[in-house]
Amino acid sequence: MRWFVLSMLLWAAPAFAVQPDEILSDPQMEARARAISKELRCLVCRNENIDDSNAELARDLRLLVRERLVAGDNDDEAIEFIVARYGEYVLLNPRAGGSNLILYYAGPAMFLFALLAGGFYLRTRSRAKPEGSDALSAEEEEKLKNIMRE
Amino acid sequence: MIAELGHFALILGFLVALLQVVVPLVGAAKRWPGWMRFAEPGANVLFLLTGFSFAALTYSFVVSDFSVKLVYMNSHTAKPMLYKVSGVWGNHEGSMLLWVLILTLFGAMAAWFGDGLPPTLKARILAVQASITAAFMAFVLFTSNPFLRMTPASMNGQDLNPLLQDPGLAFHPPFLYLGYVGLSMAFSFAVAALIEGRVDAAWGRWVRPWTLAAWIFLTIGIGLGSWWAYYELGWGGFWFWDPVENASFMPWLIAVALLHSAIVVEKRESLKSWTILLSIIAFGFSLVGAFITRSGIITSVHAFATDPERGVFLLFILAVFVGGALMLFALRAGVMEAKGVFGVVSRESALVLNNILLAVSAFIVFVGTMWPLVSELLFDRKLSVGEPWFNASFTPLMVVLGVVLPLGAMLPWKRGKLGRVAKQLSGAFVLALSIGALVWAMQEERSALGPIGLMLAAWLVAGSATDLLSRGRKGERFARILRLPRADWGKSVAHAGLGITIAGISGMLAWQQEDIRVMKNGDSLELAGYTITLNDVSRIEGPNYLSTTGNVTLAKDGKEISTLYPEKRVYPVAGMPTTEAAIDIGFWRDIYVVVGDPQDGGGWAMRSYFKPLANWIWGGALLMALGGALSLSDRRYRVAAGARKAPLQGVPAE
Repeated sequence: MRWFVLSMLLWAAPAFAVQPDEILSDPQMEARARAISKELRCLVCRNENIDDSNAELARDLRLLVRERLVAGDNDDEAIEFIVARYGEYVLLNPRAGGSNLILYYAGPAMFLFALLAGGFYLRTRSRAKPEGSDALSAEEEEKLKNIMRE
Repeated sequence: MIAELGHFALILGFLVALLQVVVPLVGAAKRWPGWMRFAEPGANVLFLLTGFSFAALTYSFVVSDFSVKLVYMNSHTAKPMLYKVSGVWGNHEGSMLLWVLILTLFGAMAAWFGDGLPPTLKARILAVQASITAAFMAFVLFTSNPFLRMTPASMNGQDLNPLLQDPGLAFHPPFLYLGYVGLSMAFSFAVAALIEGRVDAAWGRWVRPWTLAAWIFLTIGIGLGSWWAYYELGWGGFWFWDPVENASFMPWLIAVALLHSAIVVEKRESLKSWTILLSIIAFGFSLVGAFITRSGIITSVHAFATDPERGVFLLFILAVFVGGALMLFALRAGVMEAKGVFGVVSRESALVLNNILLAVSAFIVFVGTMWPLVSELLFDRKLSVGEPWFNASFTPLMVVLGVVLPLGAMLPWKRGKLGRVAKQLSGAFVLALSIGALVWAMQEERSALGPIGLMLAAWLVAGSATDLLSRGRKGERFARILRLPRADWGKSVAHAGLGITIAGISGMLAWQQEDIRVMKNGDSLELAGYTITLNDVSRIEGPNYLSTTGNVTLAKDGKEISTLYPEKRVYPVAGMPTTEAAIDIGFWRDIYVVVGDPQDGGGWAMRSYFKPLANWIWGGALLMALGGALSLSDRRYRVAAGARKAPLQGVPAE
């Protein structure tokens, strides 16, 4: 009985990422399919691409991608085919257009801003007058002593 | 009874925490020594009460008390003892209790080791820490009580998620929380210093060990999680840019920035306001992480408590603490004027650049993580931001960081000459260049990733070594280097660790090979010069699972290297399958074998991978943590921590 339950469970267990029977005979085309698969999200999973996912839907999408490639689509056409059916949500690398420009430019803009701010700060520091000398004043010496004693 | 005692101890702890906020703060404001001293026993009592509460919950798990609802939901009598204990934090309620326990542990440690701190500052630190503790205790008590009973009690439990029944993952959360929550110390130090109105070199020296400790734990925690993903998820991925991974990575990046900027505060009394700001942001990101994981607002593989009420509560905590601290920061900006003067080419400038790169990369990770949410709310565009985007946006900054790191690490303080440092590093540069060229010539495919990654790695490792070597004079060089302060060793070891991790990541991504096929008993395949033979597949019964185990022989040039046992397990109680990859671990490469489903025509779907330099990824992370530990054990910090008992050298005794 136990083994019956086990075999049922195994049978019901989700398929397992890329299956041997999915692989295309043309290795070059297969490599393209794998690369495309890494760009597409498994829609029923949480943040997994279809290449790694165990879900049935991911398998369907993998087969669909391969079908399109065999039918003669280039990479962009195959992706476009999937996006037309499942929406922008399927893309793990979102398109750089419209409001997504914020996503793409926020990082570089922040980097430029930080470089400018940092450069400005460095300029003020390098031009600042050293206070008297590097040695501590008598008053500061006393303060330091108190801190250390506490 | 035990569970009720645990619950009661937590309620008591909440009341003590409230007192612990008010009494020391008033005491510090009015300079009443008795009130300030309240903080010390207060911190200890808080820790003991929370510890008791946590022990009570652990006891309920260990004895499988299925009248406690949480135990029923997450445990099972057949489960091994290790996972009964780790089940305590393998769920939302228990992990929040662990979070509170660590908050009070850090508070108590500040009380134990904080002898050198001025009494007012110490009282304020403990009070701020207690305020965070109180907020999270309230969160546990009002929204996530782990001690709830259920009637009637069940005969057995529902078992822990099988993916979590793994030694690597048993210790992943405690380390991660020690890191996240450890950053609360930096926050408490920052807020206390702002209340105090004094940020000086001594503050920089005091805050650094705490940040360092938190960062070490965070590094180990992230490393463990990544290693677990590698061997457990069945295809050897090690990083997914998942929202919850990002939630741990952002505080890590900020903590690295903070570690470096605190040095500038300590040595040069500059970058003070920026360091205070980083302390606030670092813990802020920890809170953002808690919010992301537990509100369910961003879907992720990890999210384990998706409850809007809890999300709102956590958002409230985040707003109050970060908002309040930033307000205080704005009010006190005046007290943090910079003192040190330095040239544009100097160690200080290099550390400013380090901070820019790290802070901006944390910002990029933050934008990418939150964008799907923002986009859907504001622009009604439902989209995903995944691995390809993160790789493309994040990697360039890390490459820049790796290129400038050895140069910056060797620049002198105040004013330096780039040419002089470049000359010192010319050996490292030539070595890195030749390694890059060699790798380029040797590899079969023409990919740039491998050569560039290894070149960068060699540059970092050789640069770190040069840094150490340059410190010794001719003749007695090695004796001198061995006597260098541990902080200097820590710096070089941690920087070299970064290089090793970069080597591992680029090697694995550039030259990984895989083979997916149907194999019958006795079939062999060739992969990267290795022969992999499937001998047999059998069914085995584990303590609380059923396993399909393959027997695979790994051989090279006709010589047998090892026998591997990849497994596919089913946990009947939880009704979940897991894959247990079998890995032949090596210094230069891992061979990674997974057994899959039985096929219609007989045989099994087998996946085999050749993963070059895989272990360098986690080896580098370990080196980074080791470097942190070396730095932490440096005499200066021990001296500073126990200043009252052992007066600093050079300070005249009175």
